[in-house]
Amino acid sequence: MNKAIAGTLESGDIMVTIGPGEGLQVNLQSSVEAQFGRQIREVITRTLEDLGIKDAQVDAIDKGALDCTIRARVTAAAVRATGKDVWKD
Amino acid sequence: MRNSKLTSLEEAIRRSGLKNGGTISFHHHFRGGDKVVNMVVDCLAHMGFKDLHLAASSLSDVHEPLIEHIKNGVITRISTSGLRGALADAVSHGLMEQPVVFRSHGGRGSAIASGELKIDVAFLGASAADELGNACGVPRSENAKSICGSLGYALPDARYASHVIVLTDDLVPYPNLPAGIRGADVESVVVVESVGDSSKISAGAIRDSKNPRDILLAKQAAKVVINSGLFKDGFSIQTGTGGASLAVVKYIREEMVSRGIKASFALGGITAHMVKLHEEGLIGRLIDVQSFDKVAAQSIASDPSHVEVSAVEYASGQHTGSATHALDIVILSALEVDTSFNVNVLVGSDGIIRGAIGGHQDTAADSALSIIVCPLLRGRIPCVVPKVTTLITPGSSVDVVVTEYGVAVNPARPEIRERLVAAGIKVVEIDELAAKATAIIGTPDPLPFGDKVVGVVMNRDGSVLDKIYNI
Repeated sequence: MNKAIAGTLESGDIMVTIGPGEGLQVNLQSSVEAQFGRQIREVITRTLEDLGIKDAQVDAIDKGALDCTIRARVTAAAVRATGKDVWKD
Repeated sequence: MRNSKLTSLEEAIRRSGLKNGGTISFHHHFRGGDKVVNMVVDCLAHMGFKDLHLAASSLSDVHEPLIEHIKNGVITRISTSGLRGALADAVSHGLMEQPVVFRSHGGRGSAIASGELKIDVAFLGASAADELGNACGVPRSENAKSICGSLGYALPDARYASHVIVLTDDLVPYPNLPAGIRGADVESVVVVESVGDSSKISAGAIRDSKNPRDILLAKQAAKVVINSGLFKDGFSIQTGTGGASLAVVKYIREEMVSRGIKASFALGGITAHMVKLHEEGLIGRLIDVQSFDKVAAQSIASDPSHVEVSAVEYASGQHTGSATHALDIVILSALEVDTSFNVNVLVGSDGIIRGAIGGHQDTAADSALSIIVCPLLRGRIPCVVPKVTTLITPGSSVDVVVTEYGVAVNPARPEIRERLVAAGIKVVEIDELAAKATAIIGTPDPLPFGDKVVGVVMNRDGSVLDKIYNI
């Protein structure tokens, strides 16, 4: 696995950086931490698990993204980091 | 001249007899460009004053230096319509021992008039003043350095404060008349380098939106106005400061032109949009408590049918002659609306103070029709919620909520609902809107509020409406 990034720091988006790690380590900074931090971590973790990724270091900077956006950015970063195109398969 | 009231700021303060524990007041007509509050409080701190109550008509980002004066004990109490920026953050985190008291503009006016809010010394910035204290917010000479237009929020202070100090950056020969602030009410006049940066008047809450969602909301709100049954020749209107609520005016204008309908007056914060309609002959009079941009400020300087009105005459709930009582339609924005139609415009969904009550409570309560325009979501933050974070405007005075997912009508207004349905507008239940928001974003975790009261929200009748806790 290489280090890869998807997303932006625009309002309503999330910037996700995925790189090698042991177990799933999710480091989240969110503008809506108090109300949605827990849910956002869950979405990130579940998306990676669904992609079969068990070991990765994830750094995410969230600007109030919706779940669909979070899933898309995490998936894109994972595809770039692993080189495995989940949309093709 | 004989009887000149000209003096230095320090001397004016000494003459005022201000004591520790006293109440000082300010207006916010220069909004983000205000220089008077920081200048005066710096001077008071330098002179050794402590334990002062700062009663401003509103405070914004530019007043961040007050944080130090609060920490040093110079300012120990604040009353205001709103707080923004670093000062608001610090207050939300528990900076002050005494809670900030929030009042609407009309509520502040009536509290001053009734003596509930007693001002010892008012420090009022003006763009022109003469040596006897006749002062206004518009230029009166070629040397004018600033313009803020209406001084509506300063007028109750000028009339009722025990002692009034006018600060100006353009001293003009007597008589500076007509003038909202009358020399008879003024004790001292102080000439300063600058009372405010006029280019920053329209900064802050006021945006002219190009956001497609705001435009959609504005068009939808215009449809509501046009089909409300109140859109008739001679109607009256006010708009708030949100991007969408300002843009509504553009779309109403088109319909006024095509149907040949004219408004009798527009009220409140007056914008360039309103001035344009007035100059086109579509609005008879502009009743201006606060000029929201330079165009409006210039208009009030030159147009006799664009008039200055004090906060009391504008929106006091205790004065039956106040202008809001004659208002047909008001279009307002919101941070949050709940399923009981209650509105929050003061505290963000993160629990941090980030807004102002303004005339929200006053206009919603007194107008014939109040329309709230807000998106369902801002990013992940819901705007239609089961219960507002902080109650500012009670649902009993809110009639219609316009979102991009449909229009909700207060059940207390079935006749409005009927008219909107007949016009083909998508009318939905407010509960459906809240459920739609939850379906998209999930249920937010509760905010981690502490148990220290950092703010008290007053209703316009002087009762306590809600409390804000530290976070």
